[in-house]
Parts: sequence; C-alpha cells; structure tokens
Amino acid sequence: MASAALDISYFAWVRERMGKGGERVILPNDVQTVADVIAWLAARDAAGAAAFARPERVRAALDGAVVALDTPIVAARDLSLFPPVTGG
Amino acid sequence: MKRVLVTADPIDAAAEMARHDAGGHGASASFLGRVRGDGGLTELYLEHHPAMTLPALERLAEDAAARWTLAQISLIHRVGAMVPGDLIVLVIASSPHRAEALSATGFMIDRLKTDVPLWKRESFADGRAEWVEQRAADHARVADWN
Repeated sequence: MASAALDISYFAWVRERMGKGGERVILPNDVQTVADVIAWLAARDAAGAAAFARPERVRAALDGAVVALDTPIVAARDLSLFPPVTGG
Repeated sequence: MKRVLVTADPIDAAAEMARHDAGGHGASASFLGRVRGDGGLTELYLEHHPAMTLPALERLAEDAAARWTLAQISLIHRVGAMVPGDLIVLVIASSPHRAEALSATGFMIDRLKTDVPLWKRESFADGRAEWVEQRAADHARVADWN
C-alpha cells in the first residue's frame, strides 16, 4: 500500500503533551492500525513518548467516528487522539 | 422540536425553559449542571472537538427521541473557560407525560458523560491545573440504560 498523508488532531492532555493541536504525517508502510500510529508517535520523539506512555488510556476517532485502537487506517483522512471523555 | 447547541456563551436556562413553556406540554423535566467551587477551584475549562461534539449531541437527542415520546428537547453544552456557579450543561425534555420526560432527561445526561467528545480541565487557586479523569461510575450508570 502506498504511503498517504494523514491529518492527526490531539485533544486535552494528549494535545498538551504533544505540544500542538495537530499535524499532517506521512506514515511508514508498516503502520496500519490506530494502535500502530500511536506506537509510531510514541517512538518518534520525547513529546510522543510522554503523550502515549500508556496507550490504553487513549481513545481514537477516524474521520469523525469513534473506533477501537486495532482499527486499520486504510483510506481514512483524519485521525483524532484524545483521553476518555469527561463532559457534562 | 429539538435544539442542540455547543456554545462558548453563558447558558440562559430561563429563556430555554420559556421555549418549552410556550409549547404547552404536559410535562417538562430538566437537568442543570453547574461548576462546583470545591477545593479552591477557580476555573473549569471545557475543551470540545470542532467536528465531532455537536454531531454527538445531536445523535444523543435523536436516540432519546427514538426511545421515548418527546414533544421537545433542549440539549445545550457550554465550552471554554467557566467559573464556579456557571452552567456547564442544560438538558430539558418535554412530553405529554412525566415518566417519559424524566427518563429521557436522565438518559441524555448519563450518556453525554461517556459518549460526547468533551474534556474538563480544573484550575485551582494554588496554581495547579489538572485534566479530570473519567469515572467508572459514569459507565455503570450508562449500562443501566441498555
């Protein structure tokens, strides 16, 4: 599968630890699922390591729909990564 | 009739209830969530997802309308910086009958706490700022509606 650009947005403490609200990335070919993206970000730099030290505490949405972390990215255009929600 | 809003402006609960009064419904139930000043809290900041939060609230109102006979729904969540006493969220459900209005109101606020992309950060007088952790009890309450 050819590499494609993916827009990633970060929220709440994930955003604070990443030091930015979002970015566009080109994923390596072996990064196929949401969990793979998280592991790739965690290994990339210190900010990623801090944000994703405990991936089980992170939730994800692909193109606006909440998904499980083992979901393949396939042709998704944007990924949101955030903590469990705490509104209300 | 359904009014679902995500707003950075203060919520006017009286004006919203007046919209339900005007409908002449037999029963209206409401939930108002306010910022508590516990532990020296000085600010509550609500972060939202610009593309997901409003659609998630709309789905929640649609789910309630599919489950109970409702004549009118208001589901309004404030975002941004708030101080103790400010309204964070307002839910009003109107129906011909009280049981449906009460159940729909409880369902919407319980599901909102586990399903809608919103995140709270608390700031305190001593300079601390902390993101609020999700509570297991909130998931238990939602399971009760299934």
